[in-house]
Amino acid sequence: MADQTAVSDREAKILGIIETARGKRAKFRDQKINMSHGAGGKATQGLIEGVLVPAFGGETLSEMGDAGAVTIAGVELAMTTDSYVVKPLTFPGGSIGELAVNGTCNDLAVSGARPIALTLSLVLEEGLDSDTLKAEVEAIARTAREAGVEIVAGDTKVVERGHCDGMYVCTTGIGHRDPRARLSPSSLRPGDRILLSGSIGEHGTAIMLARNLFDLDASIESDTRSLWPAVDALLEAVGPDLRCLRDATRGGVASVLNELARASSVAMIVREGAVPVDPAVAGASEILGIDPMYVANEGKFVAFVAPEAADEALETLRKVDGCEDAAEIGEVRTEPPGMVLVETSFGGRRVMDQLVGDPLPRIC
Amino acid sequence: MKYVDEYRDADLGRALSGEILSLVEPGRHYKFMEVCGGHTHSIYKYGVDDLLPANVELVHGPGCPVCVIPMGRVDDGIALAHEEGVIFTCFGDMMRVPGSEGSLLEANAAGADIRMVYSPLDALRIAKQNPDREVVFFAIGFETTAPSTALTLKRARAEGVPNFSVMCSHVTIVPPLRALLESPDLRLDGFVGPGHVATVVGARPFEFIPADYGKPIVVAGFEPLDILHAITMILRQLNENRCEVENQYSRVVPYEGNQRALEVMAEVFELRPHFEWRGLGFISHSGLKLSEAYADLDAEKRFSVPGVRVADPKACQCGEVLKGVIKPWECKVFGTACTPERPIGTCMVSSEGACAAYYNYGRFAREREVV
Repeated sequence: MADQTAVSDREAKILGIIETARGKRAKFRDQKINMSHGAGGKATQGLIEGVLVPAFGGETLSEMGDAGAVTIAGVELAMTTDSYVVKPLTFPGGSIGELAVNGTCNDLAVSGARPIALTLSLVLEEGLDSDTLKAEVEAIARTAREAGVEIVAGDTKVVERGHCDGMYVCTTGIGHRDPRARLSPSSLRPGDRILLSGSIGEHGTAIMLARNLFDLDASIESDTRSLWPAVDALLEAVGPDLRCLRDATRGGVASVLNELARASSVAMIVREGAVPVDPAVAGASEILGIDPMYVANEGKFVAFVAPEAADEALETLRKVDGCEDAAEIGEVRTEPPGMVLVETSFGGRRVMDQLVGDPLPRIC
Repeated sequence: MKYVDEYRDADLGRALSGEILSLVEPGRHYKFMEVCGGHTHSIYKYGVDDLLPANVELVHGPGCPVCVIPMGRVDDGIALAHEEGVIFTCFGDMMRVPGSEGSLLEANAAGADIRMVYSPLDALRIAKQNPDREVVFFAIGFETTAPSTALTLKRARAEGVPNFSVMCSHVTIVPPLRALLESPDLRLDGFVGPGHVATVVGARPFEFIPADYGKPIVVAGFEPLDILHAITMILRQLNENRCEVENQYSRVVPYEGNQRALEVMAEVFELRPHFEWRGLGFISHSGLKLSEAYADLDAEKRFSVPGVRVADPKACQCGEVLKGVIKPWECKVFGTACTPERPIGTCMVSSEGACAAYYNYGRFAREREVV
């Protein structure tokens, strides 16, 4: 008996070490940048928290929101920037131009800011087809019109053949922080409900299939869309009870939940059966051995809402175009802090950790 | 998903869970090994552990094809990838396995042209699309994936693709199981048999487990209900004093295996005298290489590979973990020097490994409630 106690003490000690290590700020120790650093998981976090944030160190940046708050002469603004390097340039459901507008507007929207204006930087590869460029410029103009933002400045650069993949697009956005919103990644409280604005995994799966790496055909379209209408509706209905919003882009819903669990030092429990997944996405993920929770979205966000407002928030969301499948997928708990747990449809429970890099197909 | 969801039914799972509870002797501790990494993955993905009584413990076996590749082999692959003009192709989950100086993913960042493929046929296609480059496929896996490599080699020969070759690191399942069973400190009551391997080799090759070592084995499918069902079958054997090979996965596994696949493998491969396993050391006749007839497609002959053996770190106790002798957290380096971000041993390498699973999951096993 005495022996057993000693053993469990040792186990507890080792688990304590692991927990401390998890809680520490991620370090950057790699010799070279590899593809994991761009995948939105632990490696990306190491790069951002280990190199970038310490270098620039401002208070706003340390908040690690999707957009930073700037106040000019009493006017509350939000700013964000993003680069788009998607391959292929067009894919079912969208193209690089649409992503470049929606993606940046969505970072503003989920920060509680109404998108106002964008700047646009184009990096073009020598030899790019003019028709391809014109089509993307048209897509950018149309998407900006639909999102109600103006392109107010821009830049063009051309690089030698082979130095970029057709074209890269960078957009910087500015928005007006909505007075109805009081959002912060560190504001989550135990009991808060986790809502998802629709079915997940469509963008990442559509891109993976469009690259033709796998002999798989499925009618899956990217979900790229502007999220401001949905955010606007939520702010109107339950503004003061909204704690935080995040768009679940690279790294998927799983990465968003992990980041916020750490930022707020809370636990989360997700009911797997409640997460909406399109059957075609579920099928492709099953074949490739990838979990849709880690796959990128371009038109979905996670909302954390005070429990008493959850039903109204969900009802409001479902009335917004494109959010008909919105669902409550779980809630915020106290213990274990910083961890996301999943209740599987089968009745078991597991940790949903952050990936190191991209989800890689399993061989068996 | 039709034909999949049926095997993930929570009500049936609870019913099987109740049946398992009625089959176990209170006070007796049962330790079963699931041989295949695919089972380990399902067990964690669906939380199958939570549906087992506290005295039924699952031990994760050596059947994760990625985890068992030793460091020296990864180093050889990286060396090949850095050869002038080579496109190196491999399965996705091999990319992050560390060699002695980094992984294939890092080699890619350092300038090698390494491409992830989903099937060896994709590698052959890349070879045909790039006739001025040498394309090497890093073939790994048990008998599950070996037939597809064999068929690809046959096709490369038939189509005369001169710039395609294979670095063969295929392994076979029986020798490591025998090595585990030979171990004097083994403490296992039965085996959940590897369903995917058995689709190729059949259930018959596992007859030595009950015959020579007196342990029951049930070849099982990969859905959570398959695994629970297999556990009830093992418990029934124990309760009825039977000890045999049973086939739970009969919807896919013929008892005699897939003759056509076995014939192709026999033509293209031959056994290596010995092969090194990460964590388990050298095991005789456990690895495959290309046969004489296909030697010209052997990347290890076409290029020079260092072939240097890199010893597993001394402190690493993966062998003991694999045998169920110690728990992951009882290893000296677990959670300190060895973590999923910077793994040392086999069990921490892949998400299917016992240590990686425990690192991520152990803290919140059934004894602890989330509040």
